[in-house]
Amino acid sequence: MDNITCRQKILIVDDSEMNRAILADMLGGEFDIVEAENGVEGVAMLQKHGPEISLVLLDIVMPVMDGFGVLTQMNKYHWIEDMPVIMISAERGSSHIERAFELGITDFISRPFDALIVHRRVVNTILLYAKQKRLTAMVAEQIFEKEQRSSLMIDILSHCVEFRNGESGMHVRNVHILTETLLNALLRKTDRYHISQADISVISMASALHDIGKIAIPEEILNKPGKFTPEEFAIMKTHSMVGAEMLENLPSYQNEPLVRFAYQICRWHHERWDGGGYPDGLKGDEIPISAQVVAMADVYDALTSERVYKPPFSHERAVAMIVGGECGQFNPQVMECMQECADEIRQELAAGREQNHGQRDIQSVVRELHKHKELAASERTLELLEHERMKYSFFAALTKEIQFEYTINPPALVLNTWGSEKLELPEALLDPYQSAEALAIINADEQARLADALHSTTPGSPVVQYDCKLNIKGEERWHRIVARASWSSEEPPRYTGCIGKAMDIHNSRLQMENLERQASHDSLTGLVNRDYAKKRIIERLEDRPAGHYALAILDLDYFKSANDTYGHMFGDEVLKFLAERMRHSIRGGDIAARVGGDEFLIFLEYKDDLESAIEGVYSRVNGGVYKDFTISVSMGVASNSEAGGDYDSLFRCADQALYVVKHSENKGRYNYYHKENAIDTVTSAISPIDEEENTEGKEESK
Amino acid sequence: MTLKECYAALNGDYEEVMGRLRSERLVQKFVLKFLEDGSFELLCRSMEAGDLSEAFRAAHTIKGVCANMAFSALLDSSSQLTERLRGGDGGAQTQELFERVKADYARTAQAIQAFREEAGG
Repeated sequence: MDNITCRQKILIVDDSEMNRAILADMLGGEFDIVEAENGVEGVAMLQKHGPEISLVLLDIVMPVMDGFGVLTQMNKYHWIEDMPVIMISAERGSSHIERAFELGITDFISRPFDALIVHRRVVNTILLYAKQKRLTAMVAEQIFEKEQRSSLMIDILSHCVEFRNGESGMHVRNVHILTETLLNALLRKTDRYHISQADISVISMASALHDIGKIAIPEEILNKPGKFTPEEFAIMKTHSMVGAEMLENLPSYQNEPLVRFAYQICRWHHERWDGGGYPDGLKGDEIPISAQVVAMADVYDALTSERVYKPPFSHERAVAMIVGGECGQFNPQVMECMQECADEIRQELAAGREQNHGQRDIQSVVRELHKHKELAASERTLELLEHERMKYSFFAALTKEIQFEYTINPPALVLNTWGSEKLELPEALLDPYQSAEALAIINADEQARLADALHSTTPGSPVVQYDCKLNIKGEERWHRIVARASWSSEEPPRYTGCIGKAMDIHNSRLQMENLERQASHDSLTGLVNRDYAKKRIIERLEDRPAGHYALAILDLDYFKSANDTYGHMFGDEVLKFLAERMRHSIRGGDIAARVGGDEFLIFLEYKDDLESAIEGVYSRVNGGVYKDFTISVSMGVASNSEAGGDYDSLFRCADQALYVVKHSENKGRYNYYHKENAIDTVTSAISPIDEEENTEGKEESK
Repeated sequence: MTLKECYAALNGDYEEVMGRLRSERLVQKFVLKFLEDGSFELLCRSMEAGDLSEAFRAAHTIKGVCANMAFSALLDSSSQLTERLRGGDGGAQTQELFERVKADYARTAQAIQAFREEAGG
């Protein structure tokens, strides 16, 4: 074995650092050492390293979870079955030792220990387990070889028969191929015959034995060139029964499927569907399907091969002769298969002629491998798992992201190395829901919400994306967690944990928020803009349609003159000043927005006294001066009880109410919209600034 | 001071430990490491707090380490203390044993410190 790449790993679980250090020092030269300082950590290590660990050295008395606890867990998860544990303890009580052995430990070493003994026992145990694994592999291999050899023996035996028979040697092979092809076709066509893929493989192999009875037929009859006399034919016909008897008289193997099928085939491969065959004159499905199919294959190959007494016939002619009943009656469904599989049969037979033994052997090895998968599975699965683990940890080490794996039972969180350093958490953390360190990073609420999301996935769609803030080294940063829930394969599936990663999306999220802010806010006043206000108002109205709401549209009087007199910069200052007042005039849930130009909007919810709510807002917004400019505000108000519950009506009605003020003699006041005073024509106070200019111009000139 | 003399000073069995660990380097390394082991502090804290099960574990660990290192005197007193604590006994006899362990530990620590100063110097 390669000592550099394949160093065995030993897990030492002991609460005393010194004890661990002594053991590590004694064994570290030959083995990789992993340490755990209590039982819980030990279990987490076993969880994390899995079958990489070749041996566990386990102390009994430890805090958090003792050695017996570890053994109990190892039994629960069946780890103890493939992982040797040597217990080392100063405990001398025989009850302790007995209990430890009952829980499956391989050996017990008491303290104080002798360095040589510990070393020797560790090495022996590891060797013993390695040997056991190797033996398992060898047994599997031997079963293979045995199967392969029996297939070879069958080949040799049937060739002997053929040789004596003066046949080409291809007959057995062709019958094998034809039997397999026809059975597969039949299986696709009907489920009437209870045959499995495994049966097909055995029947095809057994088909080689169909004529073994012929070794009992005298050679002069067997190889007679001309026609048989009735007596000779009667002797010839005995070969089927003789073959069956040979198999029946085998001292053992009677329960082997191969022998059972071979018996059927030998005895009945000359029976015919209409009862016209021999030796028993069976009819229809009284004839086992194995024999029916081999009979057809036997006849077909005889027809399409060259014989001393005839040239080879084409596929079409052979099929026509079979269908025409020239070789006796066959199962109609098997005949259909023969007709339908014309191309497949031609290809398979041609391939069979060209293929050398090696290739066929490879195929059969592959087949055998499949047959014995249960034996090879554990070994191979372990290898694959090992490979995946290696791949995973390699890639995990390369990426700069937090990757995690969480199992419910035992509740453990395993982080990749990079993530563990980033979060300042251990790579394996038991009970993360209870861990203060973990809760400092992601609080219990967020953990619970994430867990809820994962629990509500399904095996069909197990992926969850969840954005939340993680507190990393004292800094809260937005992260996107993408996790895949693991569901067990049982019915109903059980949630067993998840795997996933967390990506830092803080910067892109801030950028996004910034963009959103820019899109939703008025850059001059910092109030939300009209579109955004509309969206929010609609949300509020839909959220609680039963509430009392009012929408007010405000217009700054004589703003045009401020602009004209003091310039646009001053105008902007006035707008900002008013916006600031508005911001302070409303309550938390209310909305203040700039509609455009010198028009603003306030949306508020009131309990039952609209009057005082509006009066309150208005008195805070209106009046006073900014520098030399007198702040005078006109306002139109519409409530949802008067104007209706949707945004557009509210806005339109408030606009109408404002229009009335703006076009009256005295501005600087507010006006309510009332249904009875509604103006039918479409009138708006908003934005036709030219019109406003005119009126204001007139006002001022007065 | 040699390692052997250090063992004599702390009432330990030098021959025994060499017989088991088989390497003077190893023994020396762990003798020096003994002072870093936190079990004694844990024992004192637990005894003070009256946490007898934690004290049991700490005493047990000390006993294990001493057995490995063949610190015979401290092994003897810590073993006895372990057995009293195993039964959850915090009575006068236990306290007495605890005092003995403290004294033995002090002697052991003192010997090792002296050895370290010379080995280090």
